[in-house]
Amino acid sequence: MGTYVPNTEKEQREMLEACGFQSFDDMYARAGIPGEMRLKGDLAIPSAGTEMEVRRTLEKAARKNRVYASVFRGAGAYRHYIPSIVGEVCGKEEFRTAYTPYQAEISQGLLQSIFEYQTEICELTGMAASNAGVYDGATAVAEGCEMCRDKKRRKVLVSGAVDPKIVSVVRTYAFGRGAEVAVVPEKDGATDPDALRGMLDGETACLVIQQPNFFGCEEDAGALAETVHASGAKLIMSCNPIALAVMRTPGECGADIAVGEGQPLGMPLGFGGPYLGFMAAEEKMVRRLPGRIVGETTDINGQRCYVLTMQAREQHIRREKAGSNICSNEALCALTAAVYLAAMGPEGLRKTALSCWANAHYLREKLSEAGLEKVHSRPFFHEFVMRAPGEKQARDILRALDGADILGGLLLGDGRMLWCATEMNDRDSMDRAADIVKEVLKP
Amino acid sequence: MKLIFERSVLGRGTDYIPEPDMGMTAPDFKPRERKLNLPQLSEVQVDRHYTELAGETRGVNGGFYPLGSCTMKYNPAMAEDLAALPGFTGVHPLQGDESVQGCLEVMRLTEKCLAEITGMDAVTLQPAAGAHGEFTGLMLIKAWHVSRGQTGRTKILVPDSAHGTNPASAAMAGFEVVNIPSDENGCVDLQALRAAAGDDTAGLMLTNPNTVGLFDPNIADITRIVHEAGGLCYYDGANLNAVMGIVRPGDMGFDVVHVNLHKTFATPHGGGGPGSGPVGCKKFLSGFLPGWRVNEKDGALVREEAKDRVGDVRSFGGNFLVVVKALAYILSIGREGVPATAANAVLNANYLMHLLKGAYPMAFDAVCMHEFVMTLEGLKEETGVSALDIAKALIDHGIHPPTMYFPLIVHEALMAEPTETETKETLEDAARAFLEVLQDARSDPEKAHTAPLTTRIRRPDEVKAARKPVIRYDFGA
Ligand SMILES: Cc1ncc(COP(=O)(O)O)c(C=O)c1O
Repeated sequence: MGTYVPNTEKEQREMLEACGFQSFDDMYARAGIPGEMRLKGDLAIPSAGTEMEVRRTLEKAARKNRVYASVFRGAGAYRHYIPSIVGEVCGKEEFRTAYTPYQAEISQGLLQSIFEYQTEICELTGMAASNAGVYDGATAVAEGCEMCRDKKRRKVLVSGAVDPKIVSVVRTYAFGRGAEVAVVPEKDGATDPDALRGMLDGETACLVIQQPNFFGCEEDAGALAETVHASGAKLIMSCNPIALAVMRTPGECGADIAVGEGQPLGMPLGFGGPYLGFMAAEEKMVRRLPGRIVGETTDINGQRCYVLTMQAREQHIRREKAGSNICSNEALCALTAAVYLAAMGPEGLRKTALSCWANAHYLREKLSEAGLEKVHSRPFFHEFVMRAPGEKQARDILRALDGADILGGLLLGDGRMLWCATEMNDRDSMDRAADIVKEVLKP
Repeated sequence: MKLIFERSVLGRGTDYIPEPDMGMTAPDFKPRERKLNLPQLSEVQVDRHYTELAGETRGVNGGFYPLGSCTMKYNPAMAEDLAALPGFTGVHPLQGDESVQGCLEVMRLTEKCLAEITGMDAVTLQPAAGAHGEFTGLMLIKAWHVSRGQTGRTKILVPDSAHGTNPASAAMAGFEVVNIPSDENGCVDLQALRAAAGDDTAGLMLTNPNTVGLFDPNIADITRIVHEAGGLCYYDGANLNAVMGIVRPGDMGFDVVHVNLHKTFATPHGGGGPGSGPVGCKKFLSGFLPGWRVNEKDGALVREEAKDRVGDVRSFGGNFLVVVKALAYILSIGREGVPATAANAVLNANYLMHLLKGAYPMAFDAVCMHEFVMTLEGLKEETGVSALDIAKALIDHGIHPPTMYFPLIVHEALMAEPTETETKETLEDAARAFLEVLQDARSDPEKAHTAPLTTRIRRPDEVKAARKPVIRYDFGA
């Protein structure tokens, strides 16, 4: 207890007395808390523990989890190599414990790091403007949809090749605002352009696509952008940030908004969070971006410095008229991404992306030789769908892999499995996985 | 300070991963053509750059940080270690239930503790921050009314002292916001509340203790009025640090609550996040909670989605590693420490208020909870020195300024929240600095406008920043 509440009982008594309170109970009574409302008795939670005891409890819990030697599962969360420098920098007390940099004079370091992050996101996406980030990739998509909607254009189209978890979040946010959501069918592993044309109308605000999409395939984003723009709607591209090092950028494809899950940029899997939603937009939409944005300016001595800017967009000024309610964001995750990108550099990121691509293509061939069927024939990045002869075999494969400390692909139903490879998977581990699959499927 | 891009030298770099083994093929997707301007640096340069930036960033361990409404308490070092255990960081969120029993155990125990502390029946850990929790809680309220065919309940009542996220969240959930004025004591005007509550009321959002740091003495009447009108009561738990273990939102008549793990439960603020905004609710709403729930089945923990759930408010189960830190904190202070923490937070605030009272006018003359609001309206009129000027001058005394200009109902507001982790002598030193700053301001108002004097940069031009925004580095042609 004394660890975090420093004042001794004697000091507490002195302070109570100085304030004119007879006791803590008296203090609460005089603060207007009705006596009958006070909690009677103790809370039914565990008793206080020393640091050693708490550590033991949580270490025991951590040991009950499986951390696989090889992971071939992605679907929105990816195991990548994280250079040690990332943890070293992001663990610095100042970055870790500060809050939102409201006081620019004592927050220049934090503000500048966000400005640098924004620049790097613009570079990755090829867009004009980035915010300081939102909660995760899925909420970034939902916020992006809100940026596109207006009184006339209330409908949001989402490609059927977008991660179902993202679609679920978009639907929740849309239910809130009273927006309509429709899913554009997927055909052969990508957004069906013919179906899209039939669904676009004067009330469509935007189309959401994912690049590479949920099935790992490349979307013909440039063509989709043209189709969408022809009807006056906007294109939101949710991108894998590692893939952006080598794939055509949203900017080059003509997207209006680029978003994505920033987790691959130096954040551990962590059972789902904290992650990072990155958001960038073309110039015209800057003032519709939600959340914090850092801008450059000068101080009274004319020195370059940084401040939170365009705050008139935000909830603390606009209240119910704000485009978003976001206040706290994922700043330390944005810093993580920035440090990761600075440490990797353009060459390191390119190597990572190409390793993902090369390993995934190797794995797919191996799994195909082992008896799984390729499902799509489009260009893909680091994820792909394979079909087992049936759902039972797919489950048997996962079980066999599990026994060898390997996390296999994600079951999508009907024996389909979504596999992933990153730079972390070496040839040996892929060969071994394929051998196990072969063994299971052996007639 | 140089930007990281200005330190970059063509051809420098690091070697963290091996050359890709491309085999005989080359990528067949459409390639990126645009050059990728990322910094090209050696590792030591990266480290020094960020060490320099950290040197110009003020954290909680750098000194007193009484930023009101944010609960800038000390963040236990132990929690960092535990959240970094490979058994937590290395777990994929889409692994099978049997392989994530430890994570589910952490979540279940955290949910149980939070439900008990808030007096609720069920908790979701999916929301990523307080505002996200507000949106989630309002969606529960919406889903409940819709499920009962009460689609005419379109309005959310929000006191005018509320944090900006409250009305913004209500709008995101599709509600019309009705502002309820505060009375002369800074609390909800009961008459106005009675007049506003009716057939179209979906609910009320209330922060208690409220944003002026006072416990609303009419709390039981408030929740009764809303319930009698057929609405539900939402509790913004941002200020739970004042009352945890003392009174519970569930016992005050609230149906839904969010808590901020990054405030009350000591998880670090990360320069703005990540936080975590768990939402608790009464049983009749629990079927609407988003995401999956941790349940027990045949002696093992499983993830199950309720069929009436409002969908998902983000991917996966929430900011899990933040939850680990919060649980470490809860287990360490335990059932004895929870109320003691609150009591000392309130005592520290009252003590600091007591030390400042004669010199700094308080917005409301009453026993405060964990924070208090001063008003410098008089000083501004007399001398032209504003709350901002005082805040900036405090920087020269090594103090992080209190929250400025919030809540909006107090003019020239400074809101100070010392938290329970500060010592008596820190509060006394701080009080001396506050008094000195005020004295200096009175004797030389002109100089007060130029503070701080000790920082590298001073008084950035915010108007210029907003008028022609420069929000990324220009690499030139
Ligand atoms: C009273 C109050 N409500 C809600 C919030 C929003 O919480 P968050 O920033 O975690 O979204 C805050 C945060 O500052 C607050 O002070």
